[in-house]
Amino acid sequence: MATRQSRTQEGETGTDREAERKPDFLGLEPENLKSLLRLMILARRFEEKAAESYQLGKIGGFLHLYIGQEAVAAGAITALREDDFVISAYREHAQALVRGVAARAVMAELYGRADGCSKGMGGSMHLYDRSVNFMGGHGIVGSHLPIAAGVGYAIRYRKQDRVCLCFLGDAAVNIGAFHEALNMAAKWELPVIYIIENNEYGMGTGIDRTAAISDLVDRACAFEGMASEQVDGMDVLKMRAATERAVRLAREEHRPSLLEAITYRYMGHSMADPSHGTYRSREEVERWRGDDPIVSFSDRLIATGLMTGQGYEEMDQAAIEEVEEAAEFAEASPRPDESHIYDLVYSDEYPHGADRRDSWR
Amino acid sequence: MALATYRDALNQALREEMSRDEDVFLIGEEVAEYDGAYKVSKGLLDEFGEWRVRDAPIAELGFAGLGVGAAMTGLRPIVEFMTWNFALLAMDQIINSAAKLYQMSGGQYNVPIVFRGPGGAALMLASQHSQSPEPWYAYVPGLKVCSPATPYDAKGLLKSAVRDNDPVVFIEGELLYNIKGEVPDEEYLVPIGAADVKRAGDGLTIVSYGKMVHTALDAAEKLAAEDGLEAEVIDLRTVRPLDIATVVTSVRKTNRALVVEEGWPVANIGAQLVDDIQREAFDSLDAPVARVTGLDVPMPYARNLEKIVVPSVETVLRAARQVSYIS
Repeated sequence: MATRQSRTQEGETGTDREAERKPDFLGLEPENLKSLLRLMILARRFEEKAAESYQLGKIGGFLHLYIGQEAVAAGAITALREDDFVISAYREHAQALVRGVAARAVMAELYGRADGCSKGMGGSMHLYDRSVNFMGGHGIVGSHLPIAAGVGYAIRYRKQDRVCLCFLGDAAVNIGAFHEALNMAAKWELPVIYIIENNEYGMGTGIDRTAAISDLVDRACAFEGMASEQVDGMDVLKMRAATERAVRLAREEHRPSLLEAITYRYMGHSMADPSHGTYRSREEVERWRGDDPIVSFSDRLIATGLMTGQGYEEMDQAAIEEVEEAAEFAEASPRPDESHIYDLVYSDEYPHGADRRDSWR
Repeated sequence: MALATYRDALNQALREEMSRDEDVFLIGEEVAEYDGAYKVSKGLLDEFGEWRVRDAPIAELGFAGLGVGAAMTGLRPIVEFMTWNFALLAMDQIINSAAKLYQMSGGQYNVPIVFRGPGGAALMLASQHSQSPEPWYAYVPGLKVCSPATPYDAKGLLKSAVRDNDPVVFIEGELLYNIKGEVPDEEYLVPIGAADVKRAGDGLTIVSYGKMVHTALDAAEKLAAEDGLEAEVIDLRTVRPLDIATVVTSVRKTNRALVVEEGWPVANIGAQLVDDIQREAFDSLDAPVARVTGLDVPMPYARNLEKIVVPSVETVLRAARQVSYIS
């Protein structure tokens, strides 16, 4: 099982040590550092609110929470430019929020309302916002990995210097689409950064019970030219630094990367599952909770005088207010218009109109 | 007007659309250096270069998904499957991604993509390489499904499919690539979702698509010669959306309908048509709607068995006489 030590593959550029040596937090301005913290807190408070709404029956279906993993999304996505692309699986609320999808639009989507970022058509697992190049939200494990390669292909096709960041869960490394996508990305030198979020479990099964490899990042060695790095995913700055390195390789050298973020989810696989029990112990969850990415980073900012305790409280309060407002907005948002049920099946002309075979209605 | 093979007509469509729109590219196994397993993409690599004519790894799920991702950014990929049998591996991308993304994203990401390649039985290729996949895809809202029978329709429909802003499943006839037909010199399009009356008649309506259109036409000629009965043969050309209006108009005239298709009988296009016809032309029918299909078995290898599985002129003729009460 992977440890939380960051490490790079042989022959890769840069190491985490570079970042660790710098007391100046990667050279980021205080405002940027606080922004990283703010994004993590927003994601945390958002999902706490979502869990509450789910238990009240206001949100249906599956709800996969990200609590514990916030440093991965915050560190990685903030390393991008606005014109870059982000694509993810179904545990993607935090990624959408960090990318800049409005909290109220995400919450309204969870509530199944017309003002949701996917107009109430997608729900928790299918968040989209083209205005910030957030491309979902995909519910079949591994299915978005070739799609990410396609985004990378389009970037090269148009001779652009954009990149595509693709998040996947640890269990996705065992599916065929993983191998097929990474092979194409490496063979055609596509600017795609695949980030495995290794939270140790695929649903309720330990990844060490199903993957014939102990460090998932080592799968990259099957693809010539693919850079790889294992990163401490509980440390937002390490995530940021590693992603910046990968982004540089992708943007400047068309070189894809496979990063493995070692992280942990504090909640169950979805709201329907317990946080601990048959597959992991309460003690294990508690141990990881002791390494909370938000607590450790805010402690660092406070300890170095970049932020005060009061400043942290105010930031937290602002996040709580934002998600409360988002929930109120979602609650007030209209439900999707039933008379438009056929409108989004095809974007183009559909001859003869909607099929009349459902005319029994 | 010149004679062209079905293969060349498709090649012309690809070349014309790729010349017209630089967002159009082709990806698939052996499409580039080898000129395509069935030579449909002959010469395109030299003309358009490797980024627009891309040899894919033998990884259907992967390159179909790559096409979907490229299409989400506004490119117009044409994904060639060496045969539709192999596309079963890519069904997750065709159905769970391509067909659903527009709705699932609240209308933000349409997927302008064409999935194309040959389908249907060829000669002694056995069960894994002899399948008619049209019903599998016609089932799915979000897809359009074409299956042209002639060089003219193949070219015109493929050009429409490339220009369509939604995913189109385009199933060619593996045994049709060498047939010849008239193809105009000037540009033309065949609209998706429009059936075509391939033979006019008032005695009986025969509805078909793809390769079986030719079987139906041959049967219609025999029926005219031997029984004096003029069958109207309708080529659906697109099986989703179905042009029911053209079918119903014909059935109201002939009062009898026979559906001919190559695939298995359960839950196929013909089963759907029977429902449509009985609902919209019930009072016009003088006989129950008849169907000719492939036999309900995986395709055996032996030639004599293969012959009895695939509908023949004789089986169509027999069914046509039955539905016309000619003994």
